[in-house]
Amino acid sequence: MTAAVARNDQALSQQDALYDYCLRLGDNALILGQRVAEWTSNAPTVELDIALGNQALDLFGQARMLLDYAGRVEGKGRSEDDIAFLRDVLDFRNVLLVEQPNGDFGQTVVRQFLYATFASALYEGLSQSKDEELSGIAQKAVKEMAYHARHNGEWVVRLGDGTEESHARVQAGLDALWPYVHEVFEADEIDLAMAEAGIGVDPASLKDAWLAEVTAVIERATLTLPETDWHPDGGKRGHHSEHLGFILADLQFLQRTYPGAQW
Amino acid sequence: MSAEKSWPLYEVFIRSKQGLAHQHAGSLHAADPQMALENARDVYTRRGEGLSVWVVPSDAITASSPDDKGVMFDPADSKVYRHPTFYDVPDEVECL
Repeated sequence: MTAAVARNDQALSQQDALYDYCLRLGDNALILGQRVAEWTSNAPTVELDIALGNQALDLFGQARMLLDYAGRVEGKGRSEDDIAFLRDVLDFRNVLLVEQPNGDFGQTVVRQFLYATFASALYEGLSQSKDEELSGIAQKAVKEMAYHARHNGEWVVRLGDGTEESHARVQAGLDALWPYVHEVFEADEIDLAMAEAGIGVDPASLKDAWLAEVTAVIERATLTLPETDWHPDGGKRGHHSEHLGFILADLQFLQRTYPGAQW
Repeated sequence: MSAEKSWPLYEVFIRSKQGLAHQHAGSLHAADPQMALENARDVYTRRGEGLSVWVVPSDAITASSPDDKGVMFDPADSKVYRHPTFYDVPDEVECL
């Protein structure tokens, strides 16, 4: 009896861990997508407007698949829409980096570059996941994020190695965002449990390769890697910066005001 | 935007999945060829249109002048014998 209960607990905790793991991945994509979508009709040129819109749609596509899967893992009948639109700030599991403001175009491309470089390595690892759903999602997403990393990396180089003003702006963006990078690679018990089960990837294992890749671009861009001891974190546990509430106000307004509204 | 501040114009050519040759798709502005390629990917291939993209600086293209239209093309109008329409196709030929 006791053994059966213990096994049951363990099964439950594995399920809980997978649910949270999917939420983290899905929320990163959802919140970053919402941030990028804020550029729609405001980008510097029409070509960039379309490019940014494409990136947002890639991220929303990933968010849909991941949150839909999270809902099925949870097993309470919640749809991707329920999870995206009817949770509050404390229930979101995204890292702080993706909720940081767009700033100017330079700051946005830095954020997209830093995150996409991480995400493409993460999805590459996840495409080998023992969980077939996750591996399927990752195999699609890895190509998208690899493109985002390349596209935004090119922009970091152009702006960094551009005019005096563009260099100063993109360096300021890098300085503002760098402290939030730390959290992305922090592994907690959920990350480790998923990595051990062969389902997830330990983010800490990706950091060295990520740093080498990012440093190469930063150097080409004649920028300087910031040094900071300030490493805010907590997003993965639901402790967010003040920005997330405003993002959710935009994102969730329609479903909150007209519950169940259909397109 | 003043002329000297705007990015140069590029012409975009796309080869589709079924297509054998690159076809002109349109044009766009970009600061350099790599950016032109990425912009072309985002502007012209996001519905799965293409397998290969060329971008060419618009000013690298030498074009015929509309004023020369008569001199350039009218002489071909009166030469119907250049169309292979005066032959009876044998019945056995199926794939002409």
